[in-house]
Amino acid sequence: MNYQSDEKGYYGTFGGAFIPEMMQQNISQLQSCYIEIIESDSFKEEFKTLLSDYAGRPSPLYYSDRLSDHYKAHIYLKREDLNHTGSHKINNTIGQILLAKRLGKTRIIAETGAGQHGVATATVCARAGLECIVYMGAVDVARQSPNVEKMKMLGAEVRPVQSGSKTLKDATNEAIRDWINNPVDTHYIIGSVVGPHPYPDMVARFQSVISEEIRIQLKEKTGRETPDYVIACVGGGSNAAGSFYHFLNNPEVKLIAVEAGGKGVDTGESAATTQLGRPGILHGSRSLLMQTADGQVIEPYSISAGLDYPGIGPMHANLFKTHRAQFLSATDDQALKAALYLSQKEGIIPALESAHALAALEMIEFKPDDVVVVNVSGRGDKDMETFLKYFQSVK
Amino acid sequence: MENRITSLLHQKGENILSIYFTAGYPELNDTKRIIEELERCGADLIEIGMPFSDPVADGPVIQHSSEVALSNGMTINLLFEQLKEIRKTVSVPLILMGYLNPVMQFGIEEFCLKCKETGIDGTIIPDLPLEVYQEEYKEIFEKYSLSNIFLITPQTPEQRIRMIDLLSNGFIYMVSSSSTTGVKESGDNEQIAYFERIRSMNLRSKQLIGFGISDKASFERAAQYASGAIIGSAFVTALAGEMPIEHKVNAFMLKFLKTSII
Repeated sequence: MNYQSDEKGYYGTFGGAFIPEMMQQNISQLQSCYIEIIESDSFKEEFKTLLSDYAGRPSPLYYSDRLSDHYKAHIYLKREDLNHTGSHKINNTIGQILLAKRLGKTRIIAETGAGQHGVATATVCARAGLECIVYMGAVDVARQSPNVEKMKMLGAEVRPVQSGSKTLKDATNEAIRDWINNPVDTHYIIGSVVGPHPYPDMVARFQSVISEEIRIQLKEKTGRETPDYVIACVGGGSNAAGSFYHFLNNPEVKLIAVEAGGKGVDTGESAATTQLGRPGILHGSRSLLMQTADGQVIEPYSISAGLDYPGIGPMHANLFKTHRAQFLSATDDQALKAALYLSQKEGIIPALESAHALAALEMIEFKPDDVVVVNVSGRGDKDMETFLKYFQSVK
Repeated sequence: MENRITSLLHQKGENILSIYFTAGYPELNDTKRIIEELERCGADLIEIGMPFSDPVADGPVIQHSSEVALSNGMTINLLFEQLKEIRKTVSVPLILMGYLNPVMQFGIEEFCLKCKETGIDGTIIPDLPLEVYQEEYKEIFEKYSLSNIFLITPQTPEQRIRMIDLLSNGFIYMVSSSSTTGVKESGDNEQIAYFERIRSMNLRSKQLIGFGISDKASFERAAQYASGAIIGSAFVTALAGEMPIEHKVNAFMLKFLKTSII
């Protein structure tokens, strides 16, 4: 079974490029040249060098004694939280800024939810000397203020978005509108494996460094290249795509994607797309989508801004449909508990998004010999306010 | 294929005035009254917007009208219900305009059938790509005599315009500048050069120019280069306020006609 996209950007029945004519030129250009550019020797060399010398890769694969002891399995943490800017997002933005330079673009736009992708974009723009505008829902601007300040310090302009639910979906709408209005000089750095072809495949390729490293690191530490489980959280799904990438064709590796259950999947306040969605079109691709019977997009909910999205990348929709990956969901409370547990047992404060992946450790029956890799996609500095509020409420 | 759009284009080759509004705005049941009044006041063609929660090709005015329409309870089902008897009173061509997802959820064939039954002549679905239309939907649309209208922009390459021209069985919607709806048309040299470039291509399909057409001056300028033009955001803006809906439509059209060449 092939889990990658075909030449038209389809993963099974999901994907494609459902875009208005106003975006056609930019998307066609990317479609026709992205593979050639990113697979060229000069690009690969520059990308690799920046990932190591600028972003600090490879990120460690850390064996957690205490989680292993607690969950009765061999638990490894992939430490994407230790990357420059604090998450896996930098892998993709480094790739896309190099691409934008080669396309001769001078202005960069991006959407952001938790602000991690916004910071990662502002960072590479500062280094490349390119103008950077980041669209961020007004709700997220309020709940992720440290990241807003970082983006500003890095020289980016943050534009709060007031439409819809004022979160990630609406920030994405506004970034698309910006691109429609500025088609010539601008490149849109999408932060997840969503959007029209070729974005899902392109972003997955840039993030695939995560699973490439896991294979090598696991081999060094255990003598085997493949774990029994890879666990990652899914909003749009870029860190999961990167963590799964080099294991997609190893059916013995169980892939676990963890969605944001919000206050509970049946409460009406959730972002668990595979459980609540059905096939639909949003932001340029056909995928699973939370929507009403009339095809209007439902506002999702999650305590974690990075998972607060009503859709899911087309690659993941296909992994779900073909049962290649198992989809679980963790509620706000389960994620918060998992974040506190990792902080106090291992001295690692994870991002709220990543805490959803950690919460899944509670839900799976492991065998004592199982080798489990959890992707800690980001660090929790940005979430301190949310954590503090929670700890006060449970005291 | 023949329908009211092709007849209009055949009979009236110039100064065609097309008006867009969002169904369900400002009030849920204004749809029929707006259409009837528009025809009475001289609109040649009417585009009825099907509101969507995430209208990425639209500027603030149509975003707002869509949001209000949805919170009023507008759905495609209800819209067909409202338009059920429209052909008893209205004879101008009617086009439904909206995004692909709600249409897809309604069911493409079911949607086309309903259009035919209701007397709808065409559709504009900006995020339905040419290639997908050609491969999956063209036959269905033509079976129900629906003209699917495609957009071109200043960035669309000549070869693609030729392809769109061949696939079109109504008019080509010529987007006046690289923008979302409601951005004021510039009228600058670059834009005029684009209008002239398209005119000189001698396409078999006629063109109407839209996006940023808001008043007499911009309509007249556009109408020099195409068979007519489309007014959207400016009309939707005029629908706000407390007066009866007919008065608002009438006031807008009077102001427009009085100062216009048509």
